[in-house]
Amino acid sequence: MSEIRSDKKAEQRYCQPDERGFFGVYGGRFIPETLVPAVQELKEAFEKYNQDPEFLKEFDKDLAHYVGRPSPLYHAERWSRELGGAQIYLKREDLNHTGAHKINHAVGQILLAKRMGKKRIIAETGAGQHGVATATVCARLGLECVVYMGAKDVQRQSANVYRMKLLGATVVPVENGSKTLKDAVNAALRDWVSHVDDTFYLLGTVVGPDPYPKMVRTFQSIIGREARRQILDQAGQLPDALVACVGGGSNAMGLFYPFLEDKSVKLYGVEAGGEGIESGKHAARFSDGRKGVYQGNRTHIMCDDAGQIIESHSVSAGLDYPGVGPEHAWLREVGRAEYPFATDEEALQAFHDLTSYEGIIPALESSHALAYASKLAPTMSPDQSIIVNLSGRGDKDMHTVASIDGITL
Amino acid sequence: MTEVNNTSRIDACFERLRKEGRKGLIPYVTAGDPGPEATVPLLHSMVEAGADIIELGIPFSDPVADGPVIELAHQRAVSQGVTLADVLLMVEEFRKKDNVTPIALMGYLNPIEIMGYETFAWRAAEAGVDGLLAVDIPPEDADDMLVPLRKHGLDAVFLLSPNTADERISGICEAASGYVYYVSLKGVTGAGNLDINEVQRRVEHIKGYTRLPVCVGFGIRDGASASAISKVADAVIVGTALVKELAAHEDLEGAKAAITARLTEMRTAMDQ
Ligand SMILES: Cc1ncc(COP(=O)(O)O)c(C=O)c1O
Repeated sequence: MSEIRSDKKAEQRYCQPDERGFFGVYGGRFIPETLVPAVQELKEAFEKYNQDPEFLKEFDKDLAHYVGRPSPLYHAERWSRELGGAQIYLKREDLNHTGAHKINHAVGQILLAKRMGKKRIIAETGAGQHGVATATVCARLGLECVVYMGAKDVQRQSANVYRMKLLGATVVPVENGSKTLKDAVNAALRDWVSHVDDTFYLLGTVVGPDPYPKMVRTFQSIIGREARRQILDQAGQLPDALVACVGGGSNAMGLFYPFLEDKSVKLYGVEAGGEGIESGKHAARFSDGRKGVYQGNRTHIMCDDAGQIIESHSVSAGLDYPGVGPEHAWLREVGRAEYPFATDEEALQAFHDLTSYEGIIPALESSHALAYASKLAPTMSPDQSIIVNLSGRGDKDMHTVASIDGITL
Repeated sequence: MTEVNNTSRIDACFERLRKEGRKGLIPYVTAGDPGPEATVPLLHSMVEAGADIIELGIPFSDPVADGPVIELAHQRAVSQGVTLADVLLMVEEFRKKDNVTPIALMGYLNPIEIMGYETFAWRAAEAGVDGLLAVDIPPEDADDMLVPLRKHGLDAVFLLSPNTADERISGICEAASGYVYYVSLKGVTGAGNLDINEVQRRVEHIKGYTRLPVCVGFGIRDGASASAISKVADAVIVGTALVKELAAHEDLEGAKAAITARLTEMRTAMDQ
């Protein structure tokens, strides 16, 4: 694994964010004063331990033996043939312990929390995958864990709620606002302001104030480092495109980051198009949003002319969020990445397609990436390749998909 | 053209308080709560009950620094479509009858960012706003906001917390004007119990860094807490205890009477 880390050539020239946490005008640290010292302490700890060989060794060891890395890069030959175009490779984050990429940054952050002497861990969760990952690493280290989850998500992801409880976490349903991920983040921030001395906020994606976007990206970039080496092994050349779904954007940043300087590799972050952009019921912040300041950073958000946040909609709880990681806003602004969307319907179709052609049941979040890849591949030639980040497995979505298909389990 | 007075209303207010040997009473309400029509009459009645400065909340959909009581106030206002532009109109209306009492807007950055900092500062000054307290922007990253505010003669009030380090205290005090707001506890609005001795120690410490008035808020709810805090601070800020009354009363007159009673109790206790 250290061999991969030393392969940093590709990352050398890209040096965002700046020391104040800005990616151009995006990012930053827009938080109440009470949180400033906590965020500063976290930033110092992260910068210190991210250079510390002991810390990195422990992180690598946990990724290998607890998470089960490296995750495979799988050539989906049958589905590729069916689509009739580029070769599709799936980065199998669904095979990680707990079933999604979220465990990567949960392991990294909990090791930091331990070194910082924090005894109480809080987290927000949407689909429940980040909550499960957090509850998992807390159980392993015997730390108190409180997970905030929108009441609507508690309902649509009930299996994950039960998993978190089994793992010893307290799950707090958040009844405010849209009762989804954004409200869970608000609740976690309020908790943090109130328990700032002893509490570590284990944030689930590349949003929030500096250093979270950079820190979560760093812990997730194992995905892209592995994928880069694996595709060179298997296909003998770099891929032509990377595709990942974007909720907050952690699985996408993790895959993209080690490829940022490979200019021939196109980057696609796929947002949730919900019921379509015209319906207003979506989470396509880049198709129908604007620059604003929200939950700790400046980024693209869904808000009205008065600056009030608009509720997002998506069939997948993990993409149902009105903000997006500031680095994505920056990558889009400088033209390095594109951010198309896939609707609920397209994602569900891709969900069924991958299941029937490859015997892999994907998470609904990841299905958005698959849906876009299924449009992109036929426009490319069979000697080209696409890596799709299969960010999680679909077990948690059985109830949602069944009920859409008119089946009661 | 915006008139930029040499002495701001806020400075004049503290100057007057100093001369009278009294401490300031600063009530907070969220604009548009319980309804858009309620705010201007409510502000006048608070002045009659002894308010020296008013902090008027800009409704926002996601008020993360606020506890449940004020969060619901934001929700009531947002659900009735009250916007930052409406808040400025309310201040303009208030100014027709009261050209003395300073008004500081308090809120979250996004509505201001969306309006644009220059547009906001210009329109706010025109409307008769005196200052802005944006809770989610640390002063070191606030240049985009500070430059227009200063240009239009508006004060920028910043928060200091129990855990703010000394280097930051001096930086924040340097960026601030009008007054600084010391948050008496680590928490959201409406939380916990006050440790008066600790507040006193911190306020004295902050006064070593600035000549600006130091006002204390969060956790002040009645005559006793207002009186205790006013012994150590230049003004006390009360929000949750008032907003609670707006939620508890069906009729506005009842709420106004309850708020007047609460402010009078505090004013009397502070002036004893
Ligand atoms: C499987 C899976 N993929 C993607 C996401 C979206 O998050 P992000 O955009 O940070 O990767 C989630 C969030 O819960 C998830 O569970």
